[in-house]
Amino acid sequence: MSSPYRRKKRLDRSIKVRSEGLYALSSWREMTYLLAPRLLLIVGLLAAPLFLDLYWQKVLCAAGIVAMLALGFDFLAGYVGLVCLGGALFIGFGGYAAGLLNAYWKLPPVVTIPMATVIGACLSTLILMPCLRLRGVYFAIVTLMLPMFARTIIIALGVFGSTEGLTGLDIMPNHWIELYVILIAVLAALFGLRRLVNEDAGLIMMGIKDNDQAVLAAGVSIFRYRVLAVFIAGLIGCFAGAYLTHLYGWLGLSLWALDFSVLPISATVLGGMGTLSGPVIGALILTPLSEALRGFGQLRVVLYSLILLVVILYKPEGLMSYIERKYHQFERWEKV
Amino acid sequence: MDTVIIYGVINSVTFVLIAIGFSLVYGVSRVPNFAHGATYVLVGFLTWSLVNDLKLNYGLAVLISLGVSLILGMIIYRVVLLRLKGMPTSEIIASFAVSLIILEGLRLQGIGGFKGFIGPGYVLKPFISGKIQLFSVFVSYQRLIVVVAGITLVVALWLFTHHTKMGLSLRAIAQDEQAAMMLGVNADRTGTIAMALGSALAGLAAVIILPLGNITAEAGYKVLIQALAVCIIGGLGSWAGTIVAAFLVGFAMKLSTYFFGAMWESVVLVGTIILILLVKPSGLMGKQKELEERV
Repeated sequence: MSSPYRRKKRLDRSIKVRSEGLYALSSWREMTYLLAPRLLLIVGLLAAPLFLDLYWQKVLCAAGIVAMLALGFDFLAGYVGLVCLGGALFIGFGGYAAGLLNAYWKLPPVVTIPMATVIGACLSTLILMPCLRLRGVYFAIVTLMLPMFARTIIIALGVFGSTEGLTGLDIMPNHWIELYVILIAVLAALFGLRRLVNEDAGLIMMGIKDNDQAVLAAGVSIFRYRVLAVFIAGLIGCFAGAYLTHLYGWLGLSLWALDFSVLPISATVLGGMGTLSGPVIGALILTPLSEALRGFGQLRVVLYSLILLVVILYKPEGLMSYIERKYHQFERWEKV
Repeated sequence: MDTVIIYGVINSVTFVLIAIGFSLVYGVSRVPNFAHGATYVLVGFLTWSLVNDLKLNYGLAVLISLGVSLILGMIIYRVVLLRLKGMPTSEIIASFAVSLIILEGLRLQGIGGFKGFIGPGYVLKPFISGKIQLFSVFVSYQRLIVVVAGITLVVALWLFTHHTKMGLSLRAIAQDEQAAMMLGVNADRTGTIAMALGSALAGLAAVIILPLGNITAEAGYKVLIQALAVCIIGGLGSWAGTIVAAFLVGFAMKLSTYFFGAMWESVVLVGTIILILLVKPSGLMGKQKELEERV
C-alpha cells in the first residue's frame, strides 16, 4: 500500500562534491562545472553592449551603477550585519567629490574618479563612524536620515550650486570607455568582495554579523572591522557616484535621492541576500524594467517596493540562491 | 523670546504627537514601523478626500480615517511584519517598502482616473479658526488644540497602559516577552493591538497637526525622520524618553531658528542625534542593555 505522504529529498549533485577538492583540476568536466557560471556572467556582461543600441547601452550603465550600490548594500547587510538604507550617501559623496574636483580644479575624469572614490569613501566612513556603535534598526534609521541631512546642509549653506547643481562637467571621452569602465568595475567589485569574504577579515565580519559579542569576547575589535567594511562599501558606492557624475556631466541634489537607496535594496532582495552575485543580477533585471516603465512616473518606485515586499514575504531566498540550488543539487520525491 | 518659548512648547508637543505612536510599536513588539510617516500622510489625504470629494461632515471624516489607519496598522502587522518576526533586516526592509508603496502610490497619476496628490492645494480646515494673544505672541487656536490634544493623549496613554488589562499586557510584553507569554499574554495579539494603536496615533497626529499647513506626500518622509530622531534621542522603546527628547529637540530647533534661521532646523535634528549617539549610545533614557543592543 502506497503511503499518501511524501517529502522532497534534496541532495548535492555528485559533480559538485567531486569538484570541491583539488582533483577538480584533473578533469575538464569538473573544471567546466566550476567555471561555466562565472564565465557566463563575465562574458555575458562584457559582450552585452555589442548587441545593444545606444539607448540600452545607457541603461546598462545605469544598471551597472545600481549593481555597484547593491553589491555594497549586500556586503554590509549580508556579511557585516549593518543594514544601510542610505546608498544615496555614497552616491552623493562620490558624485559631489568628482564633480567639484572637475568643476573647480578642471581635473579630467581619469583623475577625478579615483580621487573621488577614495575621498568619498573616507568622508562617508567618517560620517558613519559614530553610528557604527549601533546595529540593526538603529544603524538603518541613522543611515536613512544622512542623505536627507546632506541635502539640507547643501541647501542651507547654498554651496556647490545649491539647488540647481552644477552643469557642464566633463563627460567620458567615448561611450565604449563609458560602458566598459562600469562593467569592469562591477566585475572587479563582485569578485573582489567574493574573495574578501573568504579571507580572514571576511570570516571575522561574518562572525560580527552572527554574534558580535562572541567576536568581542575573542579580543577582536568589532569597531575596526566595521570601519573597514564601511570603507570598502564606501569605495564601491563612491566609485559609482563619481562615475554617475561624469556619465551625465552634471551634479545636483538628486544624487542624494531616495531612488539610489531603494533600487539597490530591491535588486539585492530580488537577487538573493548574501550571495553577492545575486544583487548584480537583480540590478540587471530591475534597472531595464524600471527604464521600460519610465513613462509612468511614480509607478516605478511603487513597483520596486511591491517587488521588494512580495519577494521578501514569499520568496525570501531570492533568485540567485534558487539558481544556485538548482545548479548544485537535485530533488526527488520520496515516500515517507 | 516669548515667541521661542511658546512656539517651542507647541513644536515639542507636535514632536510628542508624531513620535509616540512609533515609540509605542517599537516598545511593545521591537518592530520599527517605517510606515509610520506613510500612515500619517495617508490619513491626511483620506480626510481631505472624504471632506472635499464625498462632502462628508468633517468630524465624521476624521473618525473614518482614524478607523482606516487602525485597520491599516493591523493589516500591516498581520500580513507583513508577523511573517518576518525575528529577522530584523527583513523587518526594516519590508516596512520601508510598505511606506514607499503608500507614499509614492499617493503621488501616482493617471491610473483609473486618479489624479495623484501632488501640489500645494490640499489643505485641511482648522477645527476652530482665529487667533489668541498669549503674552505679545499671536497663536492660532489650532496650535492650542495641538498642545491640549498632546497633553490629553499622553495622559490617556499613561492611564491606558497602567490601568487597563490590555494596556498592562502591552507593557508586560514590552518588558519581558518570554515571561509575559508564560503568564498567558498572547504576543502576536498584543503586537497587532500595539501596531493598530500606533497607526491610529499617527493618524490622530495627522488630523491634529495637518490643519496647520498643507498636506504633501513628501511630509511622510519628514515625519518618519522626525519620529525616528525623537525616538533615538530619547532611547528607542522608552516612552518617557520620547517625551523628554521631543521637548529637547523641539526647543533646540526653535532656538536655532531664532538665532540662525529656519534652514538650520534639520541640521540641528541630525546634529543632536549624532551628539547623543556619541555621548550616550542608548539614548537619553534608553533602558536597553548596552551590550545586547549596541556594541
